[in-house]
Amino acid sequence: MAHTEALKLDSGLHLGPITVAYQCYGTLNADKSNAILVCHALTLDQFVAETHPMTGRPGWWSYMVGPGLPLDTERYCIICANVLGSCMGTTGPRDVNPETGAPWALDFPMVTVGDMVRVQKLLIDHLGIDQLFAVVGGSMGGMQVLEWAAKYPERVFAAIPIATAAHHTAQNIAFHEVGRQAIMADPDWAGGRYLEQGTVPRRGLAVARMTAHVTYLSESALHQKFGRKLQAGNSLSFGFDADFQVESYLRYQGSSFVDRFDANSYLYITRAMDYFDLAADYGGVLANAFLGSKVRYCVVSFTSDWLFPTSEAKTIVHALNAAAADVSFVEIRSDKGHDSFLLREFEFFETLHGFLNGCAEIKGLPVAHLRLPDPCAPDHTDDRVT
Amino acid sequence: MSAVGEGIEQRLAAAEPNPQRQTARGAHVVRGDFRLIADMIESGSRVLDVGCSDGALLEYLAREHDIVGRGMELSQAGVNASVSRGLSVVQGNADTDLVDYPDGAFDYVVLSQTLQATHDPRKVMEQLVRIGRHAIVSFPNFGYWRVRLRLLFAGRMPVTPSLPDHWFETQNIHLCTILDFVELCQRCGIDIERALILGDGEEAREINNLWKANWLGRNGMFLLQRSRRPEPG
Repeated sequence: MAHTEALKLDSGLHLGPITVAYQCYGTLNADKSNAILVCHALTLDQFVAETHPMTGRPGWWSYMVGPGLPLDTERYCIICANVLGSCMGTTGPRDVNPETGAPWALDFPMVTVGDMVRVQKLLIDHLGIDQLFAVVGGSMGGMQVLEWAAKYPERVFAAIPIATAAHHTAQNIAFHEVGRQAIMADPDWAGGRYLEQGTVPRRGLAVARMTAHVTYLSESALHQKFGRKLQAGNSLSFGFDADFQVESYLRYQGSSFVDRFDANSYLYITRAMDYFDLAADYGGVLANAFLGSKVRYCVVSFTSDWLFPTSEAKTIVHALNAAAADVSFVEIRSDKGHDSFLLREFEFFETLHGFLNGCAEIKGLPVAHLRLPDPCAPDHTDDRVT
Repeated sequence: MSAVGEGIEQRLAAAEPNPQRQTARGAHVVRGDFRLIADMIESGSRVLDVGCSDGALLEYLAREHDIVGRGMELSQAGVNASVSRGLSVVQGNADTDLVDYPDGAFDYVVLSQTLQATHDPRKVMEQLVRIGRHAIVSFPNFGYWRVRLRLLFAGRMPVTPSLPDHWFETQNIHLCTILDFVELCQRCGIDIERALILGDGEEAREINNLWKANWLGRNGMFLLQRSRRPEPG
C-alpha cells in the first residue's frame, strides 16, 4: 500500500509518501469481520507463515498461523505489515529521501510505536475493515497491540498482548543502548551513511544482535542447549577463538542477522521501543488508557522471560482491572525465556485458541477445534528470535 | 446464646425472602453450591468468582442468569480451561491480587470453598466486600458434628467429604466453624444478609439458630455486604 499524503508523526515531523509492505493469509469474509492483525517484534517482518524470501526459513509464526492452528487461516484473515522504520518493504531509513535523492539514513524522522500503529491503521482503513476481530503480537508487537486497543478501541474487538509491557524498562533501554553504541562504534557505519559509502557495519550490528539475543533466552535455555560444551576438538585453545559452543552460536546469530537486517533500522526501532510509555499519554495513569474500553483482552506472559517479566504483564492487568475492562491473563510455564512466544508451547497455543474461539462465538464467527502441529517437527529455534 | 448469635439471627429474621430465589432452575445438573450461589445473585449483575477453577460456575451463571462474569484462578490449568470456555479469567491469588480491583467494581464477589485456604482470611474478607457490593462466601464448617466427633472420639484430624485431605497434605490452613466465621464478619464490619447451611441432606437450610447450624452444617454459605453502620470497637 502506498499512502501519498504526509503523516504527522509523534515527533511533530511529517513523513510521506509512505509505503507499507504487508502479507495476508486466509480470506477476508463478506462483511470483513474476521481480520486478525499480527504485529511483529523488533527485527521480525510480515512473513509470518510462509518461507522467508531472504533467509529461506519458515515464517516466524508458522506454528501459530495456519489451517487448524490458533490463528486459523481457514476461519480468519491474518494480516501482518512490516512496521514503519523497518527494512522489509515498509518505508524506513534505508529508503531514498525524495528531497535529496539519497538514502534517508539518520535524516529519517524518529518513529514511535504510536507512529507504527498509525500507519497500520491507514492500511486497515485502506482494506475497508471497520473493526479488526483481533490484534495480536509479542514483545514490541505487544506494545503495538496495547497502542491499538488504547487509541482505537472501537476498531478492535479483541487484543492479545504477549510477553510485553506498557513501557520499556530501564534495563531494556540499557540493553538497547549497548546495541546502538556497538553499531555506531563500527567505522563502517560511517555516521549512518554506509549505503552511499558501500560498506556494511557488520561487526557493530552483529555485536548488537549477540547482546540482544542473550536477553531473549534464559539461563536454563542456554544451559540446556550448550552448557559448557566445547567446539570441535574438545580442548581449550588458550586463545580467543570460539572455544565454547555458546560463543560459536552467538557469533553465527550475529553474522546471519547482518545479512537480513539494516543497521539504521535497528537503531530506529530500538529507539521506538525505548520511547514507548503508554501511561505517559494518559496523564501517567495506565488505567486511563483503557477507560470505557469494550475490547476483550488476553494478556500472556512466560515464567522465564526476564526481558518482559510477568510483573510487567500484571501491571497491564492491574490497569485493565482498574478500568473495569474485560481481561484474561495467563502466565505460561516455559523455560525458554522471552522467545517462548515464538516456540511451540502447547499451553500457549491452547490459551490463544480458547480465547479466540470464545471471542469468535460472541462475534458470530465460526469456531473450530485446535489441530496441533506435528510434535515431531524440529524446533527452528535458531531463526526464531525477536 | 451468645451476643454474636443474637445479632445475626435478628438480622436474618428481619430479611424478607427474595421471591427470585425460589425460581426453579432448568434441568441442568449442577453442583449444589452453584444453584445456591445462583439463587443469591440477581440476573444481569457483574460477578467476580475468586478461585474460579475451570470456570464452571461462571459459565453456569452467565448461561442461567445472564451475568457479566470475571474470574480469578491460581492454577494455569484452571485459567486455560476457563479462557477456553470464552470466560474472562486472570491468573491470580486471592491473598495478593484482590487489591488490584477498584472499590465496588462488582455487584457480587464469590469466594466458594476457598477462604480456608487463604493466608489471611480477614484481609481477604475485607477485600471481598470492598470490591463487591455483596460477597458470597462458602466454606467447610469445622463445627460440623462429624468433624467434632472424629476429633473427640478418634483423636485424629477429621477427614470427611468436605475435608477430604489428610492434615499433612491439605491446602486448608485456616479452617473455621460457622460461629467463628460470624464473629470474623463482625470484627470486619461485615453484615450478613443471608446465611445457609448444607447438611447431610441435599437441601440447603436457612440458618435460624446459629448453635444448631454449627452442629448440623457441613458447609456454610453466606451473603455479605460491608456494614453501613460504623465499625464496632
